[in-house]
Amino acid sequence: MEAIVEQFFNIPIMQRALPLLLMGLRQTALICLMVIPLGLAGGLAFALLSRSSLRAVRSAAVVGIDFFRAVPPLVLLIFVYSGLPFAGVRPSPFTAVAIAFFLNTSSYYGEIYRAGIESIGLGQWDAARSTGLTASQTLAYVVLPQAVRNVLPDLVSNTVEVVKLTSIASVVALPELLYSADMARSVTFNSSPLVLAAAIYLVMLWPIVRLVSRLERRIAT
Amino acid sequence: MQHGFGFLDAFFNPGLIERYLPDIAKGMAVTIEIAAAVVVTGILLGLVLAIARSFRVLPVSALIVLFVDVFRALPPLVLVLLVYFGLPNVGIYLPSFAVLWLVLSLVLAAFCEEIFWAGILSVPKGQWEAARSTGLGFVGALAYVVLPQALRLTVPPITNRTIAITKNTALGTVIGVGEILNQATTAQSFSGNATPLMMGAIAYVMLFIPVVVLGRSLETRFAWRRG
Repeated sequence: MEAIVEQFFNIPIMQRALPLLLMGLRQTALICLMVIPLGLAGGLAFALLSRSSLRAVRSAAVVGIDFFRAVPPLVLLIFVYSGLPFAGVRPSPFTAVAIAFFLNTSSYYGEIYRAGIESIGLGQWDAARSTGLTASQTLAYVVLPQAVRNVLPDLVSNTVEVVKLTSIASVVALPELLYSADMARSVTFNSSPLVLAAAIYLVMLWPIVRLVSRLERRIAT
Repeated sequence: MQHGFGFLDAFFNPGLIERYLPDIAKGMAVTIEIAAAVVVTGILLGLVLAIARSFRVLPVSALIVLFVDVFRALPPLVLVLLVYFGLPNVGIYLPSFAVLWLVLSLVLAAFCEEIFWAGILSVPKGQWEAARSTGLGFVGALAYVVLPQALRLTVPPITNRTIAITKNTALGTVIGVGEILNQATTAQSFSGNATPLMMGAIAYVMLFIPVVVLGRSLETRFAWRRG
């Protein structure tokens, strides 16, 4: 029991690691601020392209969504980070994370938007168009607001997944929360910094996980 | 480096493809083994927990909810590192593939418990009452009346979640599990060429595209039945 406390809940070590972890947390927040809006925008583009009137565009979008959902995000990230230099482009860890996350999260958000847009009946389109709205106005003012509302739990829960996913940026040495914690662990030979990082993730994400559960239940009934 | 030819040489070098194909194939076998083990233990544990929760014994339910919330909120990579580096310090030694299997099973179980529980809740109370009034006990009503109806609804979300979590087998590379990504990055650093990475990516696409497509078709089919 003492060994467990010493190894996992060592308060002095946590205190020493805290400043480093807070710096990591800042990086994590920066990554989130970049990849979540990028993913939301890219996802919308994917979803709209997958409903294009041109058959070629439509199938290209669906193939893209399926492809990037099939490749594990870590594989995509390492491919971008270590593969692109062979094509003459050397991305920084931050750029590599931006590119890999854009492709991965856009395809997930895209699939969610698509389900949302499909949940809106064609009558809504017809009614909106008959009031004189153009197709893009109909999309922006009539269809999307209802579509987003229908898939809100999925959008929020995917966003939780994206925040959790930022931890893989540690693999390409981007000094975010997990990277900092693992560095503190390797210096102190003690797992307490990792426990502290886990606690920080919990504090950030637990409320949202609870919220998602409640949203899901409200929509279901 | 000449353009065009240089690109092909860096990403699709035939000699390297031939040399590293056995390694990537070995990685695929490891990925499939771990993924299969995770799917079985994760879904079963999730179902057991959901059933345990349906007895509505307060301390038990509270513990289950705590477990589910924690494992849904924590990044799997944090758990992998915590278990991999933490357990040896308290005298428990697990091989790296066992660590990956354990962590991913627990994460999958947490998500599955939540989905199964929502399924059980979605069965109207009248079904319970009708089943009990025919003389079935609590367990009989659960097993023969409630679960068969609940589980149908859970097929699409369970499938999608299972796909997402089995893709996390790639995290094993960080602790040295010899799965596809690990084989690919090792081969890449030995050969100084991106061809093995390309092969690894293709291997994942080959494994997971069919599953992703299956997941989507299940979703449409079950959504239609729910009507």
